Amino acid sequence: MDATVSFTLNGKNVSAETTGATLLVDLLRNHFGLTGAHVGCDTSQCGACVIHVDGVSVKSCTMLAAQADGSTVETIEGLAANGELHPVQQAFHEHHALQCGFCTPGMIMSAVDLLRRNPRPSEVEVRDWLEGNMCRCTGYHNIVKAVRAAAVAMGEQAS
Amino acid sequence: MTGGMGIGVSAPRTEDRRFITGRGRYVDDINLRSQQYAWFVRSPHPHAEVRGVDAADALKMPGVTAVLTGADMQADDIGPLPVAWGITSRDGSPAFEPEYPALATDRVRYVGNPVAVVVAESRTQARDAAEMVNVDYEELESMSSATAAMEEGAPLIHEGAPGNMCFDWEWLPAAMAPDARSNTDKAFEEAAHVVSLELVNNRLAPNAMEPRASLADFNPATGQLTLYTTSQNPHVNRLLLCTATLKMPEHKVRVVAPDVGGGFGSKIYHYAEELTVCWASRRLRVPVKWTAERSESFLADAQGRDHVTRVELALDADAHFTGMRVDTVANLGGWLSAFGPAIPTVFYAPLLAGVYRTPNIYVTVKGVFTNTTPTDAYRGAGRPEACYAVERAVDEAAVQIGMDPAELRRRNFIQPDEFPYQSPVGQLYDSGDFEGCLDLARELNGYEEFAERRRQSQARGKLRGRGMCFYIEACGAAPSQAAGQLGARAGLYEVATVRVHPSGSVQVLTGAHSHGQSHETTFAQIVAERLGIDFGNVEIVHGDTGEIPFGMGTYGSRSLAVGGTALYKALDKVEEKGRKIAAHLLEAEAADIEFTDGQFRVAGTDRAVPFGDVALAAYVPHNYPLQELEPGLEETAFFDPENFTFPSGCYICEVEVDRQTGEVELCDFVAADDFGNIINPMVVEGQVHGGLAQGIGQALLEHCRYTPEGQLLSGSYMDYCMPRADDLPNFVVATRCTPTPFNPLGVKGCGEAGAIGAPPAVINAVLDALRPLGVTHIDMPATPQAVWQAIQAAQSGD
Ligand code: FES
Ligand code: FES
Repeated sequence: MDATVSFTLNGKNVSAETTGATLLVDLLRNHFGLTGAHVGCDTSQCGACVIHVDGVSVKSCTMLAAQADGSTVETIEGLAANGELHPVQQAFHEHHALQCGFCTPGMIMSAVDLLRRNPRPSEVEVRDWLEGNMCRCTGYHNIVKAVRAAAVAMGEQAS
Repeated sequence: MTGGMGIGVSAPRTEDRRFITGRGRYVDDINLRSQQYAWFVRSPHPHAEVRGVDAADALKMPGVTAVLTGADMQADDIGPLPVAWGITSRDGSPAFEPEYPALATDRVRYVGNPVAVVVAESRTQARDAAEMVNVDYEELESMSSATAAMEEGAPLIHEGAPGNMCFDWEWLPAAMAPDARSNTDKAFEEAAHVVSLELVNNRLAPNAMEPRASLADFNPATGQLTLYTTSQNPHVNRLLLCTATLKMPEHKVRVVAPDVGGGFGSKIYHYAEELTVCWASRRLRVPVKWTAERSESFLADAQGRDHVTRVELALDADAHFTGMRVDTVANLGGWLSAFGPAIPTVFYAPLLAGVYRTPNIYVTVKGVFTNTTPTDAYRGAGRPEACYAVERAVDEAAVQIGMDPAELRRRNFIQPDEFPYQSPVGQLYDSGDFEGCLDLARELNGYEEFAERRRQSQARGKLRGRGMCFYIEACGAAPSQAAGQLGARAGLYEVATVRVHPSGSVQVLTGAHSHGQSHETTFAQIVAERLGIDFGNVEIVHGDTGEIPFGMGTYGSRSLAVGGTALYKALDKVEEKGRKIAAHLLEAEAADIEFTDGQFRVAGTDRAVPFGDVALAAYVPHNYPLQELEPGLEETAFFDPENFTFPSGCYICEVEVDRQTGEVELCDFVAADDFGNIINPMVVEGQVHGGLAQGIGQALLEHCRYTPEGQLLSGSYMDYCMPRADDLPNFVVATRCTPTPFNPLGVKGCGEAGAIGAPPAVINAVLDALRPLGVTHIDMPATPQAVWQAIQAAQSGD
């Protein structure tokens, strides 16, 4: 069941041959060498693999590569525009929201989607939103702090 | 001169950039040309004879290169997985150490025990073929609990371990031997109050977010093997590969632990899988890669805790602790993991004095085989278990004698003028200010206003409880000689090389490994501070035996206390040599040269030469004391500590319990820690947060549940409850500082504190909330179901 999938990946048009069973995360990691999306579980729960498809955060371990056909895919590697960190990336750095870094790409992509939907989330809203992203290192304290700080920074940028 | 990033500054981390942009390089991110993939065939049974492995069908599957078994391994003279620490039973006999083959030869002893490996061109092909390997098992009777394994007539797991007993150990440190037992018994006979508790310390899965992975690449042309692996201590893995299992000369093996996504103990050991891919690569002459799936991690990564303990505390009429007896049964699993026998013994018993002056303590521990995944070090490793026993007993005593738990603790504290303090269980505590930490925690908690908060909760229909814990732990493993006497089979020093480049920039090669600990930042801060150079001109290299002379790795909160001190000592040597070079350049005596802010200066004058010029002179020695000194500026130091270090701290938390649902909400958590001196406060706070989350996870959520026979029930994130963002509160953390005198940095270590102190604080709070309903005991994890049941039982008078 091999098929060609074509989509926009971090702003470029790409295509690849896949088998029907290939997961999007595997295609990104193994074919395109974009190893920022990580695989931390096999039950779609850890969120280490979160990317954006058509502007919405998805767990790329839960999507077949074939399903991405015709869509716009954005990964952590494409988030910093022209070498300038996205405010969420910057806030993660400033507030020490990462230790081993394994959950971080998924965490950041998830948080970016949250801030798109809700530009000023409360602490409770941030914690609820990130329920699908596990981190074993930070205890989430600094992640929550960073996401809220990014919200403020983005608000200032916008105004 | 340090670029503002010297010691004591919350420097943002150097390592962040690659992680936040998705450019980290973890083992599974690495791929080699023509690599093949390994998939393990694992036992579905807790206990069985392996009568044969039939690979014929699997070998016919597409893409399959080989199916290898334990017999193949034996034929190639691959050694069993080593035990790194020997324990001696109280009758003088050594603990029983079964030969643990990486692939089972005749018997499997837990679900997940590797039996064979399939190597194929793709991971999917390897997995599909593994389904086709027919293993002929004869199932045997089995059990998962240590208590069941000790019963009369229980099935025998190892012929050499009657009663499934690996060891039956008592702790008689020199400070008390041989009268510990009789003195302790006497204290109980004379006691005014005795409390006695039976506690379960629940089994946990470490769950670093990155699953383990190994990629082995044997080069037949050079005979060189390179292993990329998720390891906390690549040099030790190389040592064990070379000397115990694969048996290759060390200069032919390079072990690389690149970015590693968390460890928490679970990535210390030399595991079956990494050995197997090395061997398979050597045998098949292709690179072989294995990456665990999460459900495999649940079966194959060493698990933590799993104790059943009876703890008794004796008090005199003035509420002074006079004696403690502890009897523990530790579940070791089906085989011994590397430190399996050491964790519930020498990493546990010596901390049972806690922060108190209890004069008489007697400890016995039985290590028992069961049909479960082997247990070993998990964040805290023995110390959380010790702390939990002590602090549950102390709280229970406070309740029974009707005293404020803070006051009872205060009354029994070791006093600041008693340091160094020789505890009866064999530790020489370095320093501490327990009252100071207690006061700080009480202040942060708003201790005096608790009654009001309790009333408010009540008004909302909730039961509020407050719990406290005071922990002390031993970090910085370890003085090698002392560890050797306790059974360690390796040295426990650390190594650092400081390589000063001709331009004055510096590389540090450290044997410590960072998998989240932030060494690339904190170690660079030490260098910047000492050499007065810009933080940005320092690079920390770790995790590659090809680049770094040697090292013992990172575990037990040892990196800074031992590895940081090795770095400090290497910097001493750099400074010393620099001083001689500067003396030559300045035409002065070396004894007259001072080194401050990156300048070598003739004392009392303004004649000075900057560090960078000295470095250049060392490599371009045109004007240089060549008769006395070699050119170059690169120094190595090995540091073997004189003693452990002893962080301590007071944690207070408050919970609200919903009596209808049994749900526990953590409202507040306050941590007042003493880690000695601190290099980077931001990083230290992060370590505390992470430790607290894991400790709270143990107390409220996490548990490896097995059926009585040994099938793991909580083998995925659907069943094993990991702490998530909405399970946890914001933490309030603060520190007091009593520097340790046992290393020149005065640092103690902070990686495990939270995981040690949080569980008793949380459970004490839950019990405080539930006591008005008549609940007097609960075991971890205090899930809604467990709490609800405890309430029902108490209310119905059971
Ligand atoms: S890998 Fe865990 S949710 Fe996708
Ligand atoms: S930073 Fe390690 S899992 Fe989140």
